[in-house]
Amino acid sequence: MLFRNLLAAAALAFACSAPAQEPIRIGAFLSVTGPAAFLGDPEQKTLEMYIEKLNAGGGVLGRKLQLIAYDSAGDAEKARAFVKRLIEQDNVDLIVGGSTTGETMAVVPLVEQAQIPFISLAGAVVIVEPVRKWVFKTPHSDRQACERIFVDMKGRGTTKIALITGPGGFDKSMRAQCIGVAKNYGIEILADESYGAGDTDMTAQLSKIKGTNGVQAVLNCGFGQGPAIVTKNYRQISIGFPLYQSHGVASKGYIQLAGGAADGVRLPAAALLVAETLPDSDPQKKVVLGYKREYESRYKSDVSTFGGHAYDGLMIAVEALTRAGVTDKAVVRDAIESVRAFMGTAGVFNYSPTDHVGLDVSGFRMLEIRKGDWTLAK
Amino acid sequence: MSAQLVQFLLSGLTVGAIYALVALGFAIIYNASHVINFAQGEFVMIGGMAAASFVEAGLPLPLAALLAVGGAMLVGLALEKLAVEPARGAPVVTLIIITIGASILLRGLASLVWDKKIHALPAFSGETPLKLGGATLLPQTLWVLGATVLTVALLWWFFNRTLTGKAILAVSHNQLAAQLMGISVRRVLLVSFGLSAALGALAGVLIAPISFTSWDIGVMLGLKGFAAAILGGMGSGPGAIAGGLALGLIESLGAGYVSSAYKDVFAFVIILAALIFLPDGLAGRRRATERV
Repeated sequence: MLFRNLLAAAALAFACSAPAQEPIRIGAFLSVTGPAAFLGDPEQKTLEMYIEKLNAGGGVLGRKLQLIAYDSAGDAEKARAFVKRLIEQDNVDLIVGGSTTGETMAVVPLVEQAQIPFISLAGAVVIVEPVRKWVFKTPHSDRQACERIFVDMKGRGTTKIALITGPGGFDKSMRAQCIGVAKNYGIEILADESYGAGDTDMTAQLSKIKGTNGVQAVLNCGFGQGPAIVTKNYRQISIGFPLYQSHGVASKGYIQLAGGAADGVRLPAAALLVAETLPDSDPQKKVVLGYKREYESRYKSDVSTFGGHAYDGLMIAVEALTRAGVTDKAVVRDAIESVRAFMGTAGVFNYSPTDHVGLDVSGFRMLEIRKGDWTLAK
Repeated sequence: MSAQLVQFLLSGLTVGAIYALVALGFAIIYNASHVINFAQGEFVMIGGMAAASFVEAGLPLPLAALLAVGGAMLVGLALEKLAVEPARGAPVVTLIIITIGASILLRGLASLVWDKKIHALPAFSGETPLKLGGATLLPQTLWVLGATVLTVALLWWFFNRTLTGKAILAVSHNQLAAQLMGISVRRVLLVSFGLSAALGALAGVLIAPISFTSWDIGVMLGLKGFAAAILGGMGSGPGAIAGGLALGLIESLGAGYVSSAYKDVFAFVIILAALIFLPDGLAGRRRATERV
């Protein structure tokens, strides 16, 4: 009799400890291949690594996390199809993803209609302006990059600048944002040049800038190989004033391509790139150094700020789920919106009903490239 | 001459020399077969990517460049043997479509064999800019210009002083008559594909230190080379060179003096104008009289 009771108790205990609950499903669509692979690849790796870690630690709300990720290859049409699948077939609880602005904007109507929380990893300000109920994002906006750069320029007595812009969506959006906010900072744009996709030489545009009277600095809005060619040409025709790049070049690939020519280039970027050199008093140091070490020891490749956006997106989702205590979509959405003082790799997130980026410019550090590495600019 | 103008001219000549090499590749295949080989840009990509990957693997630069050009030549020969030759006798349009398919295939293969990242090739002789009349140029520019001049000289010698070269010229003038004289049109076609591929790859290796290289660089360079070939007069060697240099200069002067936003527009508007008003290009041959 005692034996049978024991058995029953054991069976009961076993039944209770067994994971009877469904996993929490996190959907992702990322540009793992294609022209924006340098964004999507570290993002996917980051999500996989941290979901594994969270599950090893018991999951969230006592439930495991399940990642359902698709490769949208930088294609807005594919992104739409995959997000439809995430919502209708995979029944995900929330979505983290959208490496590029184009892919993100293509799925915004879908997530709004399906009423599902969506944290985008893309840059342009149009994603959160106007504020959409279900859409949040983790990277700094292009406008904030302009503002940070202009603050730095003013601090160094620069008020007259030239722009040179690439052909991408981010490039053009950033150019428009920079022109829009320039006068708030007393910055005058004297020359506004551009280059095309696949251009091999920008010395003509840069010579023109060099010959424009009064220019004190040049800002290149772009990402990919364009900025590396601009940087090389810039040194070739020995332009004396400083060159600024956007956070779109914040990966080691840019320094490798541009080589020695990159020395002296200034750009705004998340603290992640200079994690080791941050003073210990810096409140961000713990988070960024932790992420950097995890990522680099697991994947044996240099950390980029783009993977950091995915880390921020996932951790904010986890924070919101924990606060909400349930996976009900409306409750989770409200919980994301009420995330305050959350320390991510990009800075401190303070979401609010009117602000779905949550970051202020202070998370952006001004970096200068020295001897082939990132350093905090003085 | 202002320093600025010198800079624009140098920049235009460098890019123009590359366009010229690509255009020559178009011209050679066009002469042998009347096919416009739209995979020409892919040879440029293969040259640059192969050289970059050989250098990354630790080979010395000259050997890497040689292997890259040789490898691209093999790809060119294989393209002719496997895709163009089996369709011999098909209308020219069909052959052109085959080359478009081949270009897509080659791009896809390149993204698998290598990757989708951007690669840099070290400059052949340093990166310290040289001063010239207030402007600056990279030593690599001299390599580009020098190699182009040398290649053109070699091609001239090949087409005018060797039997194979003369055979290709004969086929370009009248395929039937050449065949009746005992020239193997199949062999001529094979040689012309190999030669074009090597030219394209050479351009790819020369430009890679200046502009970097990646799996999709061939699209735009191929298109510009095609435009240069049209501008110069399709099938004409001197025309291809003149067209390439003219296109490079137009782009760089246009970007410098008018607006860089319209850089590609200038180039393509000029092509359209050439097609309308000078349908046979700068070095126009009167086709009607020639083919009688």
